[in-house]
Amino acid sequence: MAEDAIEAGAAPATLADQLATIPGVLSVTVENGEVVAHARADAILTIVTTLRDDPRFAFEQLIDLCGVDWPERAERFDVVYNLLSVSLNQRVRVIVTTDETTPVASVHGVWPVATWWEREAWDLFGIAFSGQPDLRRILTDYGFEGHPLRKDFPLTGYVEVRYDEDRKQVVYEPVRLTQDFRSFDFLSPWEAITTLPGDEKAQAARKEGKP
Amino acid sequence: MSETAVTAPETKIVEIDSHAINFGPQHPAAHGVLRLILEMDGEVVERADPHIGLLHRGTEKLIEYKTYIQAVPYFDRLDYVSPMAQEHAFVLATEKLLGIEVPERGKWVRTLFSEITRVLNHLLNLTTYALDCGAITPSLWGFEEREKLMEFYEAASGARLHSNYFRPGGVAKDLPAGMEARIAEWADGFPKFIDDLETLLTENRIWKQRTVDIGIMSAEDALAWGFTGPCLRASGVPWDLRKAQPYEMYEHVQFDVAIGRNGDCYDRYLMRIAEMRESVKIIKQCLAAMKPGPVKVQDRKFTPPKRSEMKHSMEALIHHFKLYTEGFHVPAGATYTAVESPKGEFGVYLVADGTNRPYRCKIRATGFAHLQAIETMSRRHMLADAVAIIGSLDIVFGEIDR
Repeated sequence: MAEDAIEAGAAPATLADQLATIPGVLSVTVENGEVVAHARADAILTIVTTLRDDPRFAFEQLIDLCGVDWPERAERFDVVYNLLSVSLNQRVRVIVTTDETTPVASVHGVWPVATWWEREAWDLFGIAFSGQPDLRRILTDYGFEGHPLRKDFPLTGYVEVRYDEDRKQVVYEPVRLTQDFRSFDFLSPWEAITTLPGDEKAQAARKEGKP
Repeated sequence: MSETAVTAPETKIVEIDSHAINFGPQHPAAHGVLRLILEMDGEVVERADPHIGLLHRGTEKLIEYKTYIQAVPYFDRLDYVSPMAQEHAFVLATEKLLGIEVPERGKWVRTLFSEITRVLNHLLNLTTYALDCGAITPSLWGFEEREKLMEFYEAASGARLHSNYFRPGGVAKDLPAGMEARIAEWADGFPKFIDDLETLLTENRIWKQRTVDIGIMSAEDALAWGFTGPCLRASGVPWDLRKAQPYEMYEHVQFDVAIGRNGDCYDRYLMRIAEMRESVKIIKQCLAAMKPGPVKVQDRKFTPPKRSEMKHSMEALIHHFKLYTEGFHVPAGATYTAVESPKGEFGVYLVADGTNRPYRCKIRATGFAHLQAIETMSRRHMLADAVAIIGSLDIVFGEIDR
């Protein structure tokens, strides 16, 4: 029954200032009270090791590791590390970017729990992790092809599974939709059309910031 | 051919020494669809390789195609043993990005149901865990109590399991009349039930032989393997999000956090027993502190108007229609918001791009981290101990496989 053992953490601004001094950290912001650090992908291993071992940070736990896909960017993937320090009661989010081919250094040597999350990011996004000895698929089916959480992967997937009574086995077939999947953008005409025909001058003025 | 005839018996000997067992995917002690490939040395586990994903439904992908309100029911279907705790993380994340504040009664109702959910979850886990180890009676008793709690779920939300009760901006509707008294009556009687349950297990010789010193995790290991919740506290780390990073009304209630010493299966059992007792304390405090008032924000852009209002107000009708077709637009931004779910830290990393649908919603499943540690925990243990370890980790596959 240790009520006093759990203390309040440092103020996010203090932590942000300290983070900015680590080499390899590009920028540190505080969003909604959460400290977010953008970092260079090639420095991630030294950064997280510092975050774990430096007594000012003491992030003993890798709470979560995940990918985010931004297909319009050159380096389309964010790799997001959510860290937690139970001794100092603080959280930080470290974000690095990568593309489909460049691997990010695996952090499983720092926190063994990273292995499955890295497998998941590989499975769902196709983000490769160098130095990860066990980069198998984890959530999708045996023999699955593609990376389903990429934005260019269709919601319905490519194959569907059913039990074939004649062949007495499970068969994979291309997805057949009786009705096309509908996706509405829900933007009203007033929001969706930004330039009205004949209104180009006013649009140009708006872009320049004139009234 | 004579050479192969000579070598054949040798290979046979090797096969007997070490063999692989396919534990699951359909096994009552696997708590769902876990396929565990065990490399055995006789009766001793040498290596355990869990294959998960047999219940993968693509929840994260589906949520990207749904509005924020439509995404909430998916969270009930993750960890179907503690539905409201999962919803809680998502609605808190959404509210954080929207910048809206839930009215006081709404917060109390949520705290109340978070704790009911905790008892609901622990009752299922502890009793089925005992069942895995050979004790049948606890599950028969526990499920009766669970049914009473599910009646509260049903009375409040209309469903026993998939409640969809916590909504961005509050809860779906206020508690029905007389409900608070019924919960209070249950809370008075429940500690007696925990005592009875403990007489079956806590000092039971067989139970202790099956769980004491089995699957020990040191505090350092537990932290490195991403343990949270009762599993982390059993290893002696005083960490509880309700105390450390309070959300809802947890700042205003008094309760203790149980801390274990040994980090074995028995301590994880004791943690959950102690947590149920603390939950009853919190439930009583919630009931005492609740005052009548609105249970959701009164901004009609986020929460629907009353049915009766819609019968005569055109504006209310429009609000209702817009809310359930288009939903609301969430300002661009990202948040990682976590709650102390019964199993541990359940978090949602929500990325919004300014539209009415989440751009990315990563679900930080508690059991995902716990299950991964099975390899380290069960090494050099007997096969039957592996079953006890799985039970003690409180694993539910809806959550792990997402």
